[in-house]
Amino acid sequence: MAGRVLAPVQQRGREALERLGLPTRREESWRLTDLRRLQQLAALPAANAPSEALDWPAAAPGVLRLVLNGHTDPLDGIALPSGFSELTSNELEQALGHTLDRCGCAESWPVELNHASCDQVLALRVRGEVPPLELVLCGGLGRSATRVLLLLEENARLDLLQVVLGAGASGHSHVLEVHLGQDSSLNHGCLATADGDAALLAHLAVEQEPRSHYAFSSVVQGWSLARLEPRVVQVDGQATTKLSGLAVSVGDQQLATHSSVRFNGPDGELDQLQKCLADGRSHAIFNGGIQVPRDAQRTNAAQLSRNLLLSERARIDTKPELEIVADDVRCAHGATVSQLQDDELFYLRSRGIAADAAAALLLRGVCQEVVDQLPPAALPWAPLQRVMEGLSG
Amino acid sequence: MIRPDAELLLDISDLQASVEDQPILKGVNLRVRAGEIHAVMGRNGSGKSTLSKVLAGHPAYRVTGGSVRYRGRDLFDLEPEERARLGVFLGFQYPVEIPGVSNLEFLRVATNARRQSCGAEELDTFDFEDHVRVKLKVVQMDPAFLERSVNEGFSGGEKKRNEILQMALLDPVVAILDETDSGLDIDALRIVAAGVNQLATEENATLLITHYQRLLDEITPDYVHVMADGRILRTGGRELALELEQTGYDWVDRELAAQGVS
Repeated sequence: MAGRVLAPVQQRGREALERLGLPTRREESWRLTDLRRLQQLAALPAANAPSEALDWPAAAPGVLRLVLNGHTDPLDGIALPSGFSELTSNELEQALGHTLDRCGCAESWPVELNHASCDQVLALRVRGEVPPLELVLCGGLGRSATRVLLLLEENARLDLLQVVLGAGASGHSHVLEVHLGQDSSLNHGCLATADGDAALLAHLAVEQEPRSHYAFSSVVQGWSLARLEPRVVQVDGQATTKLSGLAVSVGDQQLATHSSVRFNGPDGELDQLQKCLADGRSHAIFNGGIQVPRDAQRTNAAQLSRNLLLSERARIDTKPELEIVADDVRCAHGATVSQLQDDELFYLRSRGIAADAAAALLLRGVCQEVVDQLPPAALPWAPLQRVMEGLSG
Repeated sequence: MIRPDAELLLDISDLQASVEDQPILKGVNLRVRAGEIHAVMGRNGSGKSTLSKVLAGHPAYRVTGGSVRYRGRDLFDLEPEERARLGVFLGFQYPVEIPGVSNLEFLRVATNARRQSCGAEELDTFDFEDHVRVKLKVVQMDPAFLERSVNEGFSGGEKKRNEILQMALLDPVVAILDETDSGLDIDALRIVAAGVNQLATEENATLLITHYQRLLDEITPDYVHVMADGRILRTGGRELALELEQTGYDWVDRELAAQGVS
């Protein structure tokens, strides 16, 4: 069904990639990116088989798990619970790309890459209160792409967990579009975890109608190169957005988060916390864009970026990008880069806790604040344990 | 309680230490036996807090001379965590807030580190909860504080109660309480002091570092030491603290001047 809709999208995507070429350092948002790895990702052959679900935990009770591997139909053999329905191909044709346009990222390179290579889309409408949804994204060796479209109707409520798994020489491109109707609510978590070799480019575009509530928490760990781009637009303001991000990089990994929140109307709220921990020779990047145009009076936004450098050779770049035109707004922002505090370490050691265990306990505390924000469906995936093992390994 | 034949727990001899190359301790001598309660008094900057941090092993302080033997062992051979496991406890003047680390988990890990060193069985989550609830009564602490992050958002009094709770759980041999009375109102002071009194036994010893007599109204010391310029200038019984309360520290200046120290 999606084929008829996707064929022209793929065609346009391929043409756009030809035209755009690879991003260069001259473009501000790619200035810090390891372009060699991006090139490697782009040059990977298309994955020809899905990865195997070897060590996956069972989904939490009551959670609807759908697997997107770029090959098989995620809805094959699944009876959708009441409240979920698949979009018809006409609806899909109308809706696909709309939110990307609204978020101003329809023509960015990672999105065009997805357009060019994705031949599968999961498109669901959500009505009322529905069971939690878990989407497992796993591409297999080579380059893979997945795409999801969710339309939450007025008053709909959804808990959504995305688990993105990467292993071996692979690169995964993901695009998510979500439209949140008035008074709807989405609690969205993304656990993106890999074994150190894989690369990930993910665009998460969210459009919020008034009085909708969107909470997004992301935990990113273990990618050779990862670029996570949550983009939110409050189409008429009057909505609430909460973003919490954690990126933990080790070895020579490069993990980037480029978020963007735009208030296209008054009385919008944003509460954003981004944490990066960088060990080894790794590089963590955070770009936090907030746009408050003239119509967005009485916007109340707060952005905090807290970073921990765990080695002398690690690097963290953090940049708030606030464009504020409206005059009656509150926009607080702050960024800190620090090391583990000696006083905290000594306090724990003075209670009999060995230095390495004390450091682990402190790091765990730093990570837990964001990990705890993931929807309950994340529990079987042991996110905190993954992050801590990634740090110690 | 003074018993001349009791075990010598702490033997501090001509201890010298500096922080950022600034000498702070300039020859401290002090012997502490089991069963004793010692009060160390003195003005700000006299070296009281430095003494406590050096004993606990704070990495910012460098020992430049002298020795400290703890139950016959060289204390400075031991890492801070080893000292704690062997029974040296420092109650912090400013307990550190650690966001994201659950107080209950912290207390359990610390308690088990000490228990393991004593050859006692480690406590699992459930057993520890029972264990900690008994100890909470020592400082009349609300169990709700167990669920919070370590010291985060605690009032001054709550932080000090949390320190004494840790002391109760770790069952130290030598407890050094650094200005545990500072920032406490009189009710909180009584509760904290009652906790310390409850925990003092014939087998352990307490070193109270304090500015004020009022803590010593609640906890009766066997010895009172007055520190000045990085040394113990005078040692006496509890009457010395009362004398200080009445006469202040002006005599310290005269005594230091007589010794040629400005």
